[in-house]
Amino acid sequence: MGAIYRREIGAYFTSSIAYIFLAVFWIFSGWFFYASSVTAGTTDMSGVFQSLFLVVIFLIPLLTMRLFSEEKKQKTEQGLLTAPVSLGEIVFGKYFAALTLYTIAILMPFVYALIISAFGAVEWGIVFANFLALFLLGAAFIAVGTLISALTENQIAAAVMSFVALMALYLLDLVANMIHISWVQTVLNHLSFYSKYYSITVGLFNVTTIIFYVSVAFVFNFLTIRVFEHRRWS
Amino acid sequence: MIEVQHLTKHYGDKHAVNDISFTVEDGEILGFLGPNGAGKSTTMNMLTGYISSTSGTVLINGVDILEDPIKAKSYIGYLPELPPLYVDMTVKSYLHYVYELKKCKLPRRAHLNEVMNLTQISDVQDRLIKNLSKGYRQRVGLAQALIGNPPVLILDEPTVGMDPRQIQEILSLIKKLGKNHSVILSSHILSEIQATCDRIIIINHGVVAAHDTADNLSRNVSADHRIIARIEGPREEIVRALRNIDGIRYCRADMEREPGVYEYELEAAPGFDIRRPLFDIVSEHHWYLLSLRSAEMTLEDVFLKITMGEGVVIPSDDAKNDAQTKED
Repeated sequence: MGAIYRREIGAYFTSSIAYIFLAVFWIFSGWFFYASSVTAGTTDMSGVFQSLFLVVIFLIPLLTMRLFSEEKKQKTEQGLLTAPVSLGEIVFGKYFAALTLYTIAILMPFVYALIISAFGAVEWGIVFANFLALFLLGAAFIAVGTLISALTENQIAAAVMSFVALMALYLLDLVANMIHISWVQTVLNHLSFYSKYYSITVGLFNVTTIIFYVSVAFVFNFLTIRVFEHRRWS
Repeated sequence: MIEVQHLTKHYGDKHAVNDISFTVEDGEILGFLGPNGAGKSTTMNMLTGYISSTSGTVLINGVDILEDPIKAKSYIGYLPELPPLYVDMTVKSYLHYVYELKKCKLPRRAHLNEVMNLTQISDVQDRLIKNLSKGYRQRVGLAQALIGNPPVLILDEPTVGMDPRQIQEILSLIKKLGKNHSVILSSHILSEIQATCDRIIIINHGVVAAHDTADNLSRNVSADHRIIARIEGPREEIVRALRNIDGIRYCRADMEREPGVYEYELEAAPGFDIRRPLFDIVSEHHWYLLSLRSAEMTLEDVFLKITMGEGVVIPSDDAKNDAQTKED
């Protein structure tokens, strides 16, 4: 797994995706920090984190689009799949590489918190909880993007499909409000990615949220492994 | 050692590979021949665990590729048809990656240097793979397969894109490796296979069409019953006379080699020696027999004859079963 992880991290930087991703993420988070915390003169950063939800939806497809699609296109996946490594190592090696880059990006709010701590008391517990929520959200979304990348050999198609899929997950709440069947609403509300995330940003931390995001990440990575197993056996 | 038993692959109702069996011992090089689309790469992909077989077993050093794929794969060095190269890496960093991917335990620097020297890519080790020529990429692909010194090497058209000198070098390297590895080498360049391999399997339409040593393959198809005679005399008359010999199946005048001298291609029933009756006829009519040679077929001829569907099946002892399946 280490070899795949390291190669993938290296590929992010040689293909300049890492720079674009980090730059765009930091520009947006910087803007939200300026707009919601600095101009309002508050140490409350929940506005920053709430806004970042959409940024994450736009940027995660950039991280995951070429994970497997490029391997398929360049025929390098044959090298991976005939190497003495398990499918789990392959999938998680790539997944953790994307997650690492994502984590580097979302460390930035801590810098903002440091800056405003010079001007007022920062509630570090809340900042940390928000960071954790953003991390878990990304962990789940990256797993979705990884799966979609394994389904196509076209990076752009993978990016667009991932974006649509993440958008759909985001809009689950909206759908839930439009359908007036109570049990459907209950199910959709339980599946909602946004409401769980939102409640953390306003300070309601819940263990089931952690379990939810981690499970989603595992399920989608597991599905990715199944995709390769299925392809081998078909 | 590679043992393949009744290997079969269906895609829907298309039989890509149908009931192939063979064994490659340690220290042996097996040549895989066949026209494009015959099932060579499909077979190799099944041997290396890239795709699964529909039925049949593959044992690599006694380990079943489907039951313990990781262990079996650790015995294999595989160069696929298209080398799995990450073009945005340098040769050296790519080989380091493969070294780690294969969880290789050999001393890293020494081993990688040895592999690069063997495949003669040391001088390009700091270049990006995307800037290399096809021949160099192919050699990086071969280097990648050699990392970890696996006992089984499966090489799918390793010499594609190389110039004649490079081909010679790589083939002699493969020949050297074949002394202590089990090697499967596919190619559609027959002279390469003939010069390198101990045994040859010809695959056509997903079945083994022939399985023998290169010499036997040529010998079996051409024997004393097929000869070429150069005779001085009237062409029409000679052909008519030759066709009257008992046991002659086929006689044809070839081109005029010298003024008034033609070559005649003769084929008799297998096991029937034409040389004596031919001599009698020629001397009876007072023609001159200027030369007589057996129509030894090159491997090229054998290959064409087998794959063009003339149905020449040359089973060696252990391939008899495979050959029989061709009939149906």
